[in-house]
Amino acid sequence: MDITLLAQAAKIDTGDTAWMLGATALVLMMTPALGLFYAGLVRSKNTLNTFMMCIAAIAIAAITWAAIGYSFAFGDANEIIGGFDYAFLSDVTLAPKDDESTIPHLLFFAFQGTFCIITVALISGAVVERMRFGAFLLFAALWSVLVYAVLAHWAFGPGWLFNGGTLDFAGGVAVEMASGFGALAAALVVGARKDYGRQALLPHNAVYSLLGAGLLWFGWFGFNGGSGFGTGVNSVLAFTNTLLCPAAALVAWFVMDLIRGRTVTAVGAATAIIVGCVLITPAGGFISPGWAILLGVAGALPCYAVIAFRPRTRVDETLDVLAAHGIAGFTGILFIGFFAQKSWNALSDGLLYGNAEQLLDQVLAAVAAPAYAFAATFILLKVIGLVMPLRTSEREEALGMDVVQHGEEAYATGEGAILVVPEGELEGERPVADVA
Amino acid sequence: MKLVIGIVRPEKANDVLEALYRAQVRGVSLSRVQGHGGELDRVETYRGTTVKMGLADKVRFEVAVSEPFVEAAVGALCEGGRTGEVGDGKVFVVPLERAVRIRTGDTDEGAVTPVGA
Repeated sequence: MDITLLAQAAKIDTGDTAWMLGATALVLMMTPALGLFYAGLVRSKNTLNTFMMCIAAIAIAAITWAAIGYSFAFGDANEIIGGFDYAFLSDVTLAPKDDESTIPHLLFFAFQGTFCIITVALISGAVVERMRFGAFLLFAALWSVLVYAVLAHWAFGPGWLFNGGTLDFAGGVAVEMASGFGALAAALVVGARKDYGRQALLPHNAVYSLLGAGLLWFGWFGFNGGSGFGTGVNSVLAFTNTLLCPAAALVAWFVMDLIRGRTVTAVGAATAIIVGCVLITPAGGFISPGWAILLGVAGALPCYAVIAFRPRTRVDETLDVLAAHGIAGFTGILFIGFFAQKSWNALSDGLLYGNAEQLLDQVLAAVAAPAYAFAATFILLKVIGLVMPLRTSEREEALGMDVVQHGEEAYATGEGAILVVPEGELEGERPVADVA
Repeated sequence: MKLVIGIVRPEKANDVLEALYRAQVRGVSLSRVQGHGGELDRVETYRGTTVKMGLADKVRFEVAVSEPFVEAAVGALCEGGRTGEVGDGKVFVVPLERAVRIRTGDTDEGAVTPVGA
């Protein structure tokens, strides 16, 4: 069939489709941006490995999403898991998914796929600097299907949270709480780095982290702004709230930094941007811009507290995914229960506007999602651990994951490097410079 | 009075520092150096270009100590730096002719004895 005919038949909106194409690209960019953010926070000898875990998430999760993940998330088998209706992209066409959708089903699939990718990348923050790359690849493949897709089905697809009335605009359940509480489980199973608690393990390049956080914020406009699946009022509201809430979180972080250490820190600022974006993720299209500013300030407090407290424990949840995503996502989900406003979202009010039931729906999600994410991740990693070692030897960990896992260095100088010429090549045609 | 020079693996530098600290040896300089001590070459590949890293990164400790601390310093360098593989490094001990503490003008033994020791 001719594309234009198809579009007319199914009421595809060109404006919505145009924005969603751009939004999808913006969300995909968030994953390399996260790689940059994470790479700056680790030691220089682990820079590439940390970045590569995020790149690997794109490779692995995009394929598993097409194969089965999307079907588990958005298929309609039951309220727990989606079944095999859309497995291997069957029935995912250029026509809209259902009567309410105004964009091609294939675009909806791609947009949702980028969410799965970034969530898998996020969880790597818990295990950097010691987990074997191969084990991480297997983990990423299984986690994207067994944890992400299931939680996406609950909250986005026709799952029990969605059908029960839980409001989650862009992924407080499937993205933020899934990665945050999954990260805690992963850190517990994989174990602490060998130097954890003995040496100061410092970020090696705060500039990477700030740039990464800035690019993440930029991408987040597609993440939240695209989660209305068009150019409607919810999208515009979420888009603007994505500007206000992280800015408020930044201000709050500055103040807390000042009180705690008498200086405003750069790594703190990079973290605050992420926290602010995460806080507004579930609530973006449901609360007023004024409440979004309050969310940024109020939500920064528990995240800051967890980040300050966590390094005093034995849990080496290395890059604080739990605090920045789990706790922030949890806070954002609950915030909706109080401050959702029908006059802004045209769906439902929160407790403050007389609808206590909404808070109950939100509490349900805030309990169920962390519980499933933690338990499923814990079991999954234990099982993978039976098949292959999860982490490198202590000696390899000391050498650095870049050299051990990838045979490259982030900051190779070339000094002392001898070119290995394959036998029989370059005979008789030496570079001009050498002849002289 | 001796100058103890220890060349160790960078990843063992912190272990050496800890061992020196435990041995009550204070006053350390360290620098990053490159060298070769007969270990296997490391091979890296960048976009199809394969290179052999002929020189390995090492950390060079320099510790000026009074006679009673020479053995302690050598012991700490060996204990902290050893992995058992080729490439663990070397310790050299050389006699020291003079030493001056710039701040006070203390010389020799007085200069290499830590303040408050």
